[in-house]
Amino acid sequence: MHELALMAELRHLAEEAASREGASRIHRLQLRIGSLSGVDADALRSAFAVVMADREPGDGSGSIDTQGSTLELEVVRTVCFCADCQQEFAPSDVIHACPRCGALSTQVLRGRELELVALEVS
Amino acid sequence: MCGTCGCERPHRLIALQQSLLSRNNAQAEHNRAHFQHHGLLALNLLSAPGSGKTALLEQLARLWPQGPVGVIVGDLATDNDARRLQAAGAQALQIRTGDLCHLEAPQVAAAFEQLDITDMTLLVIENVGNLVCPTAFDLGEQLRLAVLSVTEGEDKPLKYPALFQSADAVVINKSDLADAVGFQRQEALANLRSIAPRARVFELSARTGSGLEPLVSWLCQHLPVAEPHGPHP
Repeated sequence: MHELALMAELRHLAEEAASREGASRIHRLQLRIGSLSGVDADALRSAFAVVMADREPGDGSGSIDTQGSTLELEVVRTVCFCADCQQEFAPSDVIHACPRCGALSTQVLRGRELELVALEVS
Repeated sequence: MCGTCGCERPHRLIALQQSLLSRNNAQAEHNRAHFQHHGLLALNLLSAPGSGKTALLEQLARLWPQGPVGVIVGDLATDNDARRLQAAGAQALQIRTGDLCHLEAPQVAAAFEQLDITDMTLLVIENVGNLVCPTAFDLGEQLRLAVLSVTEGEDKPLKYPALFQSADAVVINKSDLADAVGFQRQEALANLRSIAPRARVFELSARTGSGLEPLVSWLCQHLPVAEPHGPHP
């Protein structure tokens, strides 16, 4: 459910960047989400439709047109670090056990991303 | 024509690499510095609805040895929790989140300004009862405490790993009901250990008050050293 709040923040960041670059329309947004970021991809897409794609120009605070824009999601798999083996590994489930030695990792190197990577504007 | 959407102007790409949480996180860092400056230990309390967060806070408010306990309570609609906590001696302030399922750092900052923090050493931010949404939002806390009650089932940590992974400590509450509900203690502890190997675990009953002392001592160990002459953040 917090996907709606995150999409509102996405809109804010995207409009700010587009304005800074002198653009008036956003066509495409690239978002990177980690598998541990706590967001659901389908919920994000639904929220994106409400906050960005289906919004009429001039509806809302910004002057940037986002109607018809598309969202590209890049999902980042979790990568942990095993302090015993001094090696990275991709855990096979929610338990971050090293596949070599079985030790539980407490260091997540990747998988918490929640980033606006790039915007296509005009 | 751009050839992609039929518009008149050429499209261009803006590279950003910007976190959606950057504004929240900046405010959270500010909150953390602020709490530290005032010698406050700030706790982010997370759990499912009905796991006994408010009962736990009522006990903490009564047992806390160093000044009044401040509580910022996030709830969807009512101020019942705040009234219960005030009755227990806490300075409680309710944030009605409306349709928001989690607290964010700016809400905490705004609520904090309304608290009288004279002699206060412990500030608890009672998050909205939810095991998913609050996880990603840093509020500026020093410690994150997750509450799991024996009535919720032993596999809760496996179902909501992100929240338990982010916790510095986990309270297993309602231990007085463990036998009545057939709580498999070893299984629950093993699940918790596999998800959050570093988290401290406290088994207690907020209703009867048993098992509270180790939690209170652990919190006391984390009290920040006040910096009365340091710069105000």
